[in-house]
Amino acid sequence: MSSPAPQARPGVNRPLSPFMLGQYYRFQLTSVLSLMHRVTGVGLSVGTVLFACWLVALAGGPWTYASFAKHLTAWYGQVLLFGWSWALLYHLCNGVRHLAWDLGYGYSIPAVYRSGYVVAALSVLLTAAAWGIAYVR
Amino acid sequence: MRSPLSRARGYGPAKDGVQTFLAERISAVALVPLSLWFVFSVAQLPAASYTAVRHWVAAPSVAVALVLFIATLFYHSSLGVKVVIEDYVAGEGKKLVALLLVKFIHAALGAAATFAVLKIALGS
Repeated sequence: MSSPAPQARPGVNRPLSPFMLGQYYRFQLTSVLSLMHRVTGVGLSVGTVLFACWLVALAGGPWTYASFAKHLTAWYGQVLLFGWSWALLYHLCNGVRHLAWDLGYGYSIPAVYRSGYVVAALSVLLTAAAWGIAYVR
Repeated sequence: MRSPLSRARGYGPAKDGVQTFLAERISAVALVPLSLWFVFSVAQLPAASYTAVRHWVAAPSVAVALVLFIATLFYHSSLGVKVVIEDYVAGEGKKLVALLLVKFIHAALGAAATFAVLKIALGS
């Protein structure tokens, strides 16, 4: 993580990548979605710990489960679950976009933007649908 | 005579990239239906109710689907985190330790989750 800043020409102080963001580097939909694919992926990997804990608590019996479910139903648990559900559905939708690219489809710039907007909208719609079901049930 | 080195030079290390690339995609394809099934099934569950959730997991079709989901999920997750570590962790020693840790943690969590489902489904 903490690699020393590369100095191609000592003495020449150019701004480096992280400090460029926002100031000199203009974000595009494509790069933000790509970045988010990785960020949601890492977040979901962390979330697998919770997923495993949930099943282990369930196997542990009613008291173990109750002490675990208490956190899931609390406001912070619901916020985390909401975040994870969106992250999962976003990563899934954008993953399908990546699979299409791997098969050689959708490489033109307009197509990349179109699929980007579709992925962003679809992930929000699917998340809303899942939580709609959860709360209306 | 040209040695094959001139063809290979400049193309980076030839390790096990293709296999990992394919494994990541194949597990991704499997995870599309499995994840959608999981999210929308759990959304319909009263999460706070021990008996309802346990009853759901114990159903044979759900237990089998959960075991498949767990195996694919933890496999795909470990492949993904592996790539991130390879990209950002500098130094072969640190990288190796991080890669091993991530593999072991994924294996342990996957085994625990699978065992939990089996314990519930097979009853005890």
